[in-house]
Amino acid sequence: MNPKDSPLAFLGRIEGLPILGVLVLLYGAFFIAAPSVFTRPLIYMSFLQTIPPALVLGLGLTLVITAGEIDLSFPAVVALAGFAFAWTFKNLNTPFAPWIGVVLALAAGALAGYLNGLLIARIHVPSIMATLATQFFWYGMTILIAQGLQLNIKEIEDTAVHTILTGRILGTIPAQAVWGLVLALFLWFILNRHRFGEAIMFIGDNPNVAQVMGINVETTKIRLFTLMGVIAAFAGLLLTTEINVFYPTQGQGYMLPVMAAVFIGGTLISGGQGSIVGTFFGSYVIGSLQAGVVATGITSYWVQSVMGLIMAIAVSINVMIGEGRIAALSARIRHWVVPAHLHTTGEPSARTDASL
Amino acid sequence: MVEAPVQPYAAQTVNIEKYFGLVCALKDVNLEIGRNEIVGLIGDNGAGKSTLVKILTGVFPPTSGKLYVAGRQVDFKTYNVQQAHAYGVETVYQDKSLGEKQVLWRNFFIGRQIMLPFGFIDVKKEKEIASEIMLNTIGFRGKGITVDSKVSVLSGGERQGVAIGRAMHFKAELIILDEPTTALSLKEVRKVLDFVHKIKEGGKACIYISHDIQDVYEISDRLIIMDRGKIVASIAKEEISLNALGEFLLEYAHGLKDEAES
Repeated sequence: MNPKDSPLAFLGRIEGLPILGVLVLLYGAFFIAAPSVFTRPLIYMSFLQTIPPALVLGLGLTLVITAGEIDLSFPAVVALAGFAFAWTFKNLNTPFAPWIGVVLALAAGALAGYLNGLLIARIHVPSIMATLATQFFWYGMTILIAQGLQLNIKEIEDTAVHTILTGRILGTIPAQAVWGLVLALFLWFILNRHRFGEAIMFIGDNPNVAQVMGINVETTKIRLFTLMGVIAAFAGLLLTTEINVFYPTQGQGYMLPVMAAVFIGGTLISGGQGSIVGTFFGSYVIGSLQAGVVATGITSYWVQSVMGLIMAIAVSINVMIGEGRIAALSARIRHWVVPAHLHTTGEPSARTDASL
Repeated sequence: MVEAPVQPYAAQTVNIEKYFGLVCALKDVNLEIGRNEIVGLIGDNGAGKSTLVKILTGVFPPTSGKLYVAGRQVDFKTYNVQQAHAYGVETVYQDKSLGEKQVLWRNFFIGRQIMLPFGFIDVKKEKEIASEIMLNTIGFRGKGITVDSKVSVLSGGERQGVAIGRAMHFKAELIILDEPTTALSLKEVRKVLDFVHKIKEGGKACIYISHDIQDVYEISDRLIIMDRGKIVASIAKEEISLNALGEFLLEYAHGLKDEAES
């Protein structure tokens, strides 16, 4: 039997399905292990409040990794943007201060991203080196200008910017969760239905092919990193307005969880293929793990190990599906269940052997 | 400067020369490719085949000489890969024509998408046309390959078929196949040769570059032999048998060897 005709083969073609499965299983497990926490809405509201900044970062990083590149500078851009916003809000004496702060923060992100793009696309510095350097640079600059101090912006709560970015819709749903969803939808269309997204995929797949087929690799990369900078700045805004404070090390600690969310979502580390849907669910998996595991009451020493375990399982499922092994597996199971003499067609690998 | 269009040719070069520093890579290359002609280009490594191809496809300009594509003179100051595409010159490379992890319909239209407003791609239309090309232009039938398949599930010969089909769809006047069969099994080579026949049937021209004299001979209307940057022979297939061609090439190699010794 041909693996392509397997009854389970269609599963591999639904974007983000494996990681959605992991998310459902995870919440099911939490629900059973800590019913007192997970039967009440509070924990879910808390997730919708804390996860979106990391989700937003993950969505941007998905595009970067799909292009076969990496960005290590986004945590520093979060801090830079947070500072630009908080400082403007505190020091500008006009009613438009929060709006000017938003614009300056996004502009700072765009600038940082554009510089990354120049280093990578024009000077051809490998992105891991270029963004490692700019990561240090922007953290350094932020701490320097902020003089190492945090800025309290409690008054932000009374502004429209706060309501729009991180207010509570109908008094309950955190606005940042909606922003995360909207950005995910927008970037899904950009990646899968826009020529910019197609250029990103071909560049990540094989830059030579992209060049030969008339894609401007340099321009696309510069635009991509600029976009990533703006997205990181936006995440910084969500974070700063949610907690009403800027602190110079803001954004640190996002690096690895955000990358984990992207990879468990099914985006290929080798580039050429990325899943926005996968990153969306992956971010909720990663973001829910810590609080969820703690809520189950097992000692917090377990948290990291459990997180590692779940990541390993999620990534394994993705790799298996990517290589069509789920389909092959279901064919194999059928082979075990149905007696051999009833098989009328050839081996499971008929297509790969016979027609290549 | 403007000369009368040279209608009978898909491409024509006039006294093309190319120097890399002091090294002469091409000398006095005068080449005419007929509108519906398959031309086999043979020559040893360093004969100048790929230099000539790169000039034709806009990768770099020659030091001197003229190039006409479909009757229009090419301005080398602005000629590049994109412009070559616009003029109807498409190249199928051994391995850099398709994005492997991408689905077929994207590969057909990459760089030349069917657009909706705001830079979005008309996916439905692209898929329709792509499956049309697959069926009618290159004749992929019932092998479980659809426009949603990824290139990675295609065999080497099928990949070249997709690249050739794409070139034909975009009205290429001249399709250059640069060693399209290197590293392919005999069965796959056969497929590629069948695709080249489709170019002939479609009324287009083709330059076929390969080391395999047998394949080149089978597929070509005319054989052009290059050596050390010069065209040394241009022979219609009717004028020479495969054996005679082999002997000719061998003699030529010997002749040069003697010349070098003396």
